[in-house]
Amino acid sequence: MLPYILRRVLTAAPTLLIVTVMVFAVQRMLPGDPAVVLAGEERDPEVIAFIRDRYRLNDPVPVQYVAWLGQVTQGNLGQSFRTRQPVAQLLLEKLPVTVELAILSLLVALAIAIPTGVLAAVRKGTAVDYASTVAALSGISIPNFWLGIMLILLVSVRWKLLPASGFVPLSDGVWPNLQRMIMPALVLGTGLAGVLMRQMRSSMLEVLKQDFVRTARAKGLAPFLVVVRHALRNALIPVITIIGLQLGALLSGAVLTEQVFTIPGFGKLVIDAVFNRDYAVVQGVVLFTATSYIVINLLVDVAYALANPKIQVG
Amino acid sequence: MTGAGTEHALARGGGVGVWRRALASLARKPFAVASLVIIVAFVLVAVFAPQISPYDPTKADFLAVRKAPSAAHLLGTDDVGRDVLSRLIYGARASLMAGALSVVIAMVLGVPLGLIAGFYRGAVSELIMRFTDALLSFPFLILAVALAAAFGPSLTNAMIAIGVASAPTFIRLTRGQVLAVRAEEYVQAASALGAGDARVLWSHVLPNSLAPLLVQGTLTIATSIIAESSLSFLGLGVQPPTPSWGGMLNVAKNFMGQAPWMAIWPGLAIFVSVLAFNLLGDGVRDAFDPRD
Repeated sequence: MLPYILRRVLTAAPTLLIVTVMVFAVQRMLPGDPAVVLAGEERDPEVIAFIRDRYRLNDPVPVQYVAWLGQVTQGNLGQSFRTRQPVAQLLLEKLPVTVELAILSLLVALAIAIPTGVLAAVRKGTAVDYASTVAALSGISIPNFWLGIMLILLVSVRWKLLPASGFVPLSDGVWPNLQRMIMPALVLGTGLAGVLMRQMRSSMLEVLKQDFVRTARAKGLAPFLVVVRHALRNALIPVITIIGLQLGALLSGAVLTEQVFTIPGFGKLVIDAVFNRDYAVVQGVVLFTATSYIVINLLVDVAYALANPKIQVG
Repeated sequence: MTGAGTEHALARGGGVGVWRRALASLARKPFAVASLVIIVAFVLVAVFAPQISPYDPTKADFLAVRKAPSAAHLLGTDDVGRDVLSRLIYGARASLMAGALSVVIAMVLGVPLGLIAGFYRGAVSELIMRFTDALLSFPFLILAVALAAAFGPSLTNAMIAIGVASAPTFIRLTRGQVLAVRAEEYVQAASALGAGDARVLWSHVLPNSLAPLLVQGTLTIATSIIAESSLSFLGLGVQPPTPSWGGMLNVAKNFMGQAPWMAIWPGLAIFVSVLAFNLLGDGVRDAFDPRD
């Protein structure tokens, strides 16, 4: 098992390095000289020369890359061109909002996906199975920003049940916070629910075929208990892996959901930065999300290997 | 020589049989047939948009701003008085084009890289796969947003961004196919009989990869349509006044209380077309599944 974990870490490391090269390369391909941008309106040649020197923009590109990488590993992601705030600080400010949205959406998705996936597997080939399969595909096919708009139309505009947009931090009260997070979490959760439900169904079908399930049945255990106590636990493992792989999709979805419900999270930060041409912020968000994706999936795989000693191959 | 020829003919004969069987199996699936009909209908609407749309989709009419659906405007008008139905019809063009071309870009990048990564083990293969992992680790929309930010928002750039972001799936898929096919005895026999790498790739690996590529391609059209409409919704795809479903929703969200009809139809169009491609992709996959 240790060799597996080691090998997994060894493939993640070059991937991370390539991510940093790509982010750095895109930054270098951007139109405009960063020194001129930083120098501001006057474009004083002396100031530009000073900035070039200070940020070592005259160095060869590989040297610049290494210097940049050194800063990044120390948590220095540069500063916003617009607000002059350190990018890392901006990210940390917005992160809790998006993380809360992601966790709530994940809960919504699991609450939908586990029961329907199990039911579809147990009742394979029946109307229940077909209905849940179509429902899952619909969940995947529905654009979440449209679902958000439709929910606002119905719940906020017509029924006036929940506020249409905005954000209240958890520290200002759980209910005011949840009131504004329920709809976004539902919207973001449905797409994920579709993916997870399909995985839940197929891994449940696999597990139900196995000997230990037959044994549990043979010893006279109630069918419900066989499924819940024996099969479900095993069938959930691949679902957890899929959750790790779906993190990127969840973040992409969060960008749109935050835009629809005007939630001041990560997505809002990056979209605003794009329109303000605040490249440092865009770059920081891209680097941060890609790194988190790699690290979290590494942790998922390692946890998987620890839980299941049979895993040997990558 | 004769040996290789016979084996080639056999492989090809088997291939045609697989395709014919798959087609027959697909024709028996009501969901797949219905989705194919819907897709053809969308394509026809996009192609004949000038003939069937009742109004010019970009012509503003300030005397008919945000009018509810009526006989004159079946789906109502938008915030500057443009006919929603006409914009919906023309919007099919951007969505279908983005769906199809993004997949072409993804395949043109992904299939050769996958073939190389699968065929030549060692440093090159490792590098391609780590590059693929790196590309996969960027959340799809954030990558597209970053590219759109760097190169400017437009439908072309959105399609390139979507194509690049979808390429890793095709790299992995093709590589997997190569590894699977290379292990087959008849392919090893062909190599042993002196068939060169290019010949093995062309006459064995590619034909065997067509079915999974077709399935993945169909499903990727679905995700690309959503991706294009997402980018256009964020203002980073099709630029106004050119109509696109995502762009229409971007405007509609500002008038939800006053003109809900602006928001309903474009979203429904995205949903139905994406669902159709997803159902078709699922159907094609089942049709090629020998266990079925």
